[in-house]
Amino acid sequence: MAAPETSTAAVQTLYTNNTLRNAFGGVLSFFILLLIGVMAFSIRLFSVIKYESVIHEFDPYFNYRVTQFLAKNGIYEFWNWFDDRTWYPLGRVIGGTVYPGLTLTAGTIWWLLNSLNIPLSVETVCVFTAPIFSAFASWATYLLTKEVKGTGAGLTAAALLAMVPSYISRSVAGSYDNEAVAIFALIFTFYLYIKTLNTGTLFYATLNSIAYFYMVCSWGGYTFIINLIPMHVLLCIVTGRFSSRLYIAYAPLVVLGTLLAALVPVVGFNAVMTSEHFASFLVFIIIHVVAFVYYIKGILSPKMFKVAVTLVVSVGLAVCCAVIAVLIALVASSPTKGWSGRSLSLLDPTYASKYIPIIASVSEHQPPTWPSYFMDINVLAFLVPAGIIACFLPLSDASSFVVLYIATSVYFSGVMVRLMLVLAPAACITSGIALSQAFDVFTGSIKFQLTGASSNTEVDAAETSSSTAESQTDAVKTEKPEETAKNRPSRKSKKKEREHGEKPSTKAKAEKKRLLALPLESSVISLLLLVLLGAFYVVHCVWAAAEAYSAPSIVLTSHSHDGLHVFDDFREAYAWLRHNTDVDDKVASWWDYGYQTTAMANRTVIVDNNTWNNTHIATVGTAMSSPERAAWEIFHSLDVKYVLVVFGGLVGYPSDDINKFLWMVRIGGGVFPHIKEPDYLRDGQYRIDSQATPTMLNCLMYKLSYYRFVETDGKGFDRVRQTEIGKKYFKLTHFEEAFTTHHWMVRIYKLKPPKNRIRGKTKKSKSKTSSTTSSPKRSGTKKKNPWQ
Amino acid sequence: MESFRFCFLMLTIAILASPALSDLVLSKVDRRRPYVLQIYLTSHIVRISSTVKVENAGPEKESLVLLAFPEQQAKNMAYLMAAPHEGKGKVKNPVVALPVKAANPKDMPAALTFYSVSLPQGLAEGDSFTFDVLAVFTHALRPIPEQITQADIQLVLYQDSAHYLSPYAVKVQSLSVKLPDSRIESYTKLENTKIHGSEIKYGPYENLPSFSYSPIAVHFESNLPFAVAQELVREIEISHWGNVQVTEHYKLIHGGAQSKGEFSRLDFLARPIVRGASAFRYLVANLPPRAHSVYYRDEIGNISTSHLRGDSKKTELLIEPRYPMFGGWRTAFTIGYGLPLQDFLYESDGKRFLNITFSSPMVELVIDALIVKVVLPEGSSDISVAAPFPVEQWQETKISHLDIDGRPVVVLKKTNVVPEHNQFFQVYYHFSQLSMLREPLMLISGFFFFFVACIVYMHADISISKSSASYLAKRQWEEVQAVVQQVQNIISRCLTIHDNLEASLRDLSRTGNIQACKAARKAADGLLKELSKELKPLLTFLQSSPSAAQVEELVAKERELQEKVMVKHSTVVDGYEKKLGARDIENRVALQQQKLTALRQEVDDLLEFIDEI
Repeated sequence: MAAPETSTAAVQTLYTNNTLRNAFGGVLSFFILLLIGVMAFSIRLFSVIKYESVIHEFDPYFNYRVTQFLAKNGIYEFWNWFDDRTWYPLGRVIGGTVYPGLTLTAGTIWWLLNSLNIPLSVETVCVFTAPIFSAFASWATYLLTKEVKGTGAGLTAAALLAMVPSYISRSVAGSYDNEAVAIFALIFTFYLYIKTLNTGTLFYATLNSIAYFYMVCSWGGYTFIINLIPMHVLLCIVTGRFSSRLYIAYAPLVVLGTLLAALVPVVGFNAVMTSEHFASFLVFIIIHVVAFVYYIKGILSPKMFKVAVTLVVSVGLAVCCAVIAVLIALVASSPTKGWSGRSLSLLDPTYASKYIPIIASVSEHQPPTWPSYFMDINVLAFLVPAGIIACFLPLSDASSFVVLYIATSVYFSGVMVRLMLVLAPAACITSGIALSQAFDVFTGSIKFQLTGASSNTEVDAAETSSSTAESQTDAVKTEKPEETAKNRPSRKSKKKEREHGEKPSTKAKAEKKRLLALPLESSVISLLLLVLLGAFYVVHCVWAAAEAYSAPSIVLTSHSHDGLHVFDDFREAYAWLRHNTDVDDKVASWWDYGYQTTAMANRTVIVDNNTWNNTHIATVGTAMSSPERAAWEIFHSLDVKYVLVVFGGLVGYPSDDINKFLWMVRIGGGVFPHIKEPDYLRDGQYRIDSQATPTMLNCLMYKLSYYRFVETDGKGFDRVRQTEIGKKYFKLTHFEEAFTTHHWMVRIYKLKPPKNRIRGKTKKSKSKTSSTTSSPKRSGTKKKNPWQ
Repeated sequence: MESFRFCFLMLTIAILASPALSDLVLSKVDRRRPYVLQIYLTSHIVRISSTVKVENAGPEKESLVLLAFPEQQAKNMAYLMAAPHEGKGKVKNPVVALPVKAANPKDMPAALTFYSVSLPQGLAEGDSFTFDVLAVFTHALRPIPEQITQADIQLVLYQDSAHYLSPYAVKVQSLSVKLPDSRIESYTKLENTKIHGSEIKYGPYENLPSFSYSPIAVHFESNLPFAVAQELVREIEISHWGNVQVTEHYKLIHGGAQSKGEFSRLDFLARPIVRGASAFRYLVANLPPRAHSVYYRDEIGNISTSHLRGDSKKTELLIEPRYPMFGGWRTAFTIGYGLPLQDFLYESDGKRFLNITFSSPMVELVIDALIVKVVLPEGSSDISVAAPFPVEQWQETKISHLDIDGRPVVVLKKTNVVPEHNQFFQVYYHFSQLSMLREPLMLISGFFFFFVACIVYMHADISISKSSASYLAKRQWEEVQAVVQQVQNIISRCLTIHDNLEASLRDLSRTGNIQACKAARKAADGLLKELSKELKPLLTFLQSSPSAAQVEELVAKERELQEKVMVKHSTVVDGYEKKLGARDIENRVALQQQKLTALRQEVDDLLEFIDEI
């Protein structure tokens, strides 16, 4: 009599134990998530610790400047902001041409903090926006993966994403760029989509549209979402997985999302006009047709249904053909087929290099190399295939989405380095799934093997009463039917989902586990190997965060035998411009430095990193590649007072203007045909030594870069090109050196005023026309100055 | 130049025409020890120190001595101090300074500005008194030429009078001009002019009438840093948690000759002394000892060129601007540092007072406009300021971290500030120690209420409508869940009972104790009946729910399993009763056993399935 009573009591305690355990699991995963967030934030602080709390690189400076404006002038002024400090004399309507998500986010954080009387500067807020949003992104990854494969996979994926180098590269503290916020928005939108798909509630569908709106605000990459989700919907329909949940997940997103997207000034009517969005509308129509068909199918008897189908299909085909023909005609009539250049270069990787040198000239628009995959996602590259397999066991709506996501993002990352960023979350999610499944299998089999080996030694207090009975029955039923092996995988995965909620009837599971179980030794070894792999990943990520991706690129450091050298030349030059030139002076430089000049030096620039006007950039490119006189005329007609060039030859800074010069020639030559690339190349080779062409040696860029350079060491040895320069002694007639930084990395020249120059010049040029093969050309180029 | 000289000439005439004020006689005005007027031109701040022996020649008692300065000088005068002469040595901020006031005596030439020095006691006839006067002038050196190239040296011109300008007659007087360097472009040669290396001596001159004036001009090389802060905002923030934070925002300009033409880094790096002599590259700030957390930055980030050396006496900070400062070039930067509170904050009769230096810690810096803001902790009251010299003064409020009504800020403004102004000043205020706890308490209570709100939210049912369909459905679903859970429990208990039965069978095969086995069977029967009774109401409750079908199937399967187990049990027990062989019994049971396992499998599957709902 005693035995049954104890067993019921045991069941009772087990039940309470389970709830306790669930609660404990919840608290544990909450704290793990919290720690993941802290890690995601703190791993990105290397740049602040190693360098300083400063905005990085190029684009972030523009965003920072816009945020400053927003903080100072308010939202309405921001929308109407016409910036006359850039693209002189055209100007730029910032409010209408910028993705405002990041700016508004940081502006809101700043405003919130200040209204709570926490007086942080705009700069501080901007610097730390990216790390904060990385933490959000890893939490969003947890949610998304949890929807797909359960809590364990979610936590693993979140931890992986928190430190994936690819994402770190765009979101270290100070890297105040759109992507920092956009990746969070991307993952969160996907999460809400999957959540809607799993639950079918309109609430989440609405949230999904709002998240999509935030994504549209933040980044041009939103087109990825609006193409991927329709693809997935189509996939579901084709594979016969249509359901009302799918409809609720998709239809509101298209309607609300498109309406909201059109509210963003930079998108506006593009949300319905450009081809990037057509896929979503097409699928929107298809899903309605399918929904209608399912509805009719429910109403009619099977026979009637067949009749109706033949009727509708014959009529519908004709109508569809007509509509599609009209659509194609419409699209084909526009020159770019309704696609923007960047999107086209995604579909056709060779498009940019053929037609748009400006897009091709940006290094982050180049296709990545294999090492960069290893650098950016490291061991995830190996785990991804395993994760994809795990997604098929079993295939659900959510896991099919993940498969589709990883497949498309792998393609896109192969086209542009920059889109590696889109791949990173997908890789983290699939790898998270793979890792957690593998851990499940290994730990499960270890647990089984241990309990199986010594039945009474390692058992929970709650299981003691039944364990003896269990093991005995096990002994009786040694021959387990083999048939169950067939549906093993699905059951296994089901079990995965409720690892925490362990049921009282462990016996049957133990049976199944026995079949799945690996030998103890091999599972222990595999487990160790997996941990090792994870450790390797962590080490790599920390290294990448600390060494590779933390440099702000405006401050350079180098370690030499006598300690750390700091090259702060950029800011030196910008500070000089800011304090020692007139407020309204115009500074010409290659577009790379436009954003920095406006933000740090607060001077008007001719072109900047928002490369919206190719002709304008080509004008600057032409001036840089023209001889001095012609260049002076172009610059003078643009009202330029100072010309800024970046020169790395003295200290060996490789990304200077001489190395970028061919792009200036190409872009300039694309608009002004008298600039010909072959003129600057000797036998197809770009060189600046004595073999260089006279056009090259006489162009403005060469002269401004190497003016008096030979006097530094007597030979004029360029440490970037590793060669002696071709033309060593020359004078400037139309420009004068205004400022050169400590390591010569930035050289600023002032245009000489016109009157004095013309008189002095006619005399001088005659006296020193030793190398004026270009003098007949001067008169030629003079006429072609586009600004006269 | 010419007009300048002419102006002085006019001045001289004007002075000569005016009558003597009183019968005081400056018996000896010395610009050299012991009674000398000395002009220090060794920096861009001009310091004139004079030792004056004043003698009363008239019958009346005199206690005021007038000092006269031409308007040109008075405009640039930053600091004037008089002190009784104490033997040898220069004027060294003596403890008792003589009160100096601006005076406006009648019948005096308008082109002169007067200051009156009050003597400690009135001078009777024939008495004499000796005191030192230190006057400091800014912007008194004029670069000539006004624009120079990078390679040029900077030449400056200083103009003054060789005679001591005074409303009194001067008996003996001499002047020495100290220059930074012996390279002198030109200087006015008068009688008795001597030159000693970098020092020019004029005089001694004797028996000069009142207002005698003899203009001199010295044109000399000066490559000392002409650092001028056009504006300096100093913010001193007191935290009673132990820190005084000083933040100084400088707007700096090189006040010397304007640079023109090219700036060549090459020349500057290769021959910095020749090419770029007029530029200054660094500034030195003498911070108080134990200064910590020093930073040096501008609006675009940290400036990495600085050095900090510290010992127990002072902390020396050497900062380089981002670029070398040539004539006319500007820059702006911020330095900040923390100081230990106990070094600067004292208490006297219930009031606290801050005792800290007024001006910038920079060496030889002229400040055109200095604004000192003292931010007192929130809740301070009865604020008063004691400054050693007149300053403009008003109050503001600053809202900083977690403030509610802001911190009181005392703002002091002074123009034309020189290092001599770097004296201590005091800010007195009342502050209750309890106010310190305000912000921590606020934070604690804020978080506390946040958590309480969270708890309330988690536990309270805040649905808008208790009768809405979705709400009801949710409630119902929760109930169903609970019931299903109960059903599962019961089923699993049933299964345990089955296991017990099996165990009893095994016992039987081992011990052959049929009675015990039967007893176990009985107990199990009773328990199972009880359980099925328990199950009934639950099933009826579940009838309408969507998962009813599965649950019912589960229950049915379980019944079947139960029956099969019973049958098996009885078969085995029968077998033992009939004393059949173990193999026979096994044969008999084999079929049943197979069915049992299959059923058990199904039940398990169903349990799992239901569990997933």
